[in-house]
Amino acid sequence: MDAKTLIARRVAQEIKPGMLVNLGIGLPSLVASFVPASLGVFFQAENGVIGLGARPPEGMEDPHLTDAGGSFVSAVPGAASIDSAMSFGLIRGGHLDMTVLGGLQVDEAGHLANWKVPGKMVPGMGGAMDLVTGAARVVVAMQHAAKGASKIVPRCTLPLTALRRVNLIVTDLAVIEPTGAGLILRERAPGVSVDDILAATEAALVIPDDVPEMTLS
Amino acid sequence: MKGALTPAAAAEMIPDGASLMIGGFMAVGTPERMIDALVARGARGLTVIGNDTAMPGKGIGKLITAGAVARVITSHIGLNPETQAKMIAGEIEVELVPQGTLVERIRAGGMGLGGVLTPTGLATEVEDGKQIVEVDGNRFLLEKPLKADFSLLAAWQADYVGNLCYLLTAHNFNPVMALAGRTVIAEPESIVPVGVIAPDVVKTPGVLVDHLLIRAS
Repeated sequence: MDAKTLIARRVAQEIKPGMLVNLGIGLPSLVASFVPASLGVFFQAENGVIGLGARPPEGMEDPHLTDAGGSFVSAVPGAASIDSAMSFGLIRGGHLDMTVLGGLQVDEAGHLANWKVPGKMVPGMGGAMDLVTGAARVVVAMQHAAKGASKIVPRCTLPLTALRRVNLIVTDLAVIEPTGAGLILRERAPGVSVDDILAATEAALVIPDDVPEMTLS
Repeated sequence: MKGALTPAAAAEMIPDGASLMIGGFMAVGTPERMIDALVARGARGLTVIGNDTAMPGKGIGKLITAGAVARVITSHIGLNPETQAKMIAGEIEVELVPQGTLVERIRAGGMGLGGVLTPTGLATEVEDGKQIVEVDGNRFLLEKPLKADFSLLAAWQADYVGNLCYLLTAHNFNPVMALAGRTVIAEPESIVPVGVIAPDVVKTPGVLVDHLLIRAS
């Protein structure tokens, strides 16, 4: 299993019946395919739909129905189309149960940086700042390291996305819960030891007596 | 509603240096014929307020490529490398605004409010230079209203008095921008007799719309 699939399958377990969930573009969007329809989950795309569905068959796409990355999607039964003020009212107003976002860095305070690399990548924050500020639960789905460097750091050196402490970090090596007492290592990826995780992590981790292996959807 | 215009006539009404709100999200729900006419007229020095700058060859991206734009107020430029290149070269000034804040600033402008208090952006670069207001012990950024000389909207149907309705994710910023432009020009996909759009289906009342673009030939 590749790293992204592993992360997506683990994140899928965080999604509970009846939730309203926003998945970021890229890796987080893979999570949807591991969430059974029987859970009755609605996915929001912040460009204006509650009840995002799979991409339609070739040639059946509707140019008026895309996700926030501009890809063609469908709408599930029970879907609602909304304008941007309603969409961000849902996000900022605490009506969104969970958001799953990618990350560039997360630090020991649980702060996320995911929108800018000064001088290199300035795409704009889009909806990320509102999502991290307003969602009831924020899950960061990302590779543990980039080009050999840990993305879990003592203090973010990149511009922060929000002041808010994120709720969970899921990587290809570990599940980590940021708390007021630091970053707690909750789970190991299959075949990965606590020592492997410590060696790959620049930030300090709190290690409980028992760190079980992930179970996957 | 003052009547229907050709795209070329509408583009003639919009002077160089004007500020424009343009509906759309990654060019979904964007008035493409209106933009084509502005490019054909050789418009220059425009300020564009919109969710994103789309991509080269689509929506607002066509105005960027044509060199028509001096300033952009937007949440995302990441899928248009030309906007980023022109920003770095100093040819376009870019103000990046969180998406939920952008739509609320436009809403405030259109609805006669003095600004918006939002937690989004606190303790990030977005906070720089802004007033922080404390309400009942909670801190918020004061974000100021936005208005523009023109709002350029895309709609699905319009009727003869300018009532508009929209499809699926093509709503996005259009219904909110309809209140915030001094002159509002809407580009519908079809124009239907009064009564075809039922009152409960109207999202933008025709009293807000100054001009429709005539149907595509």
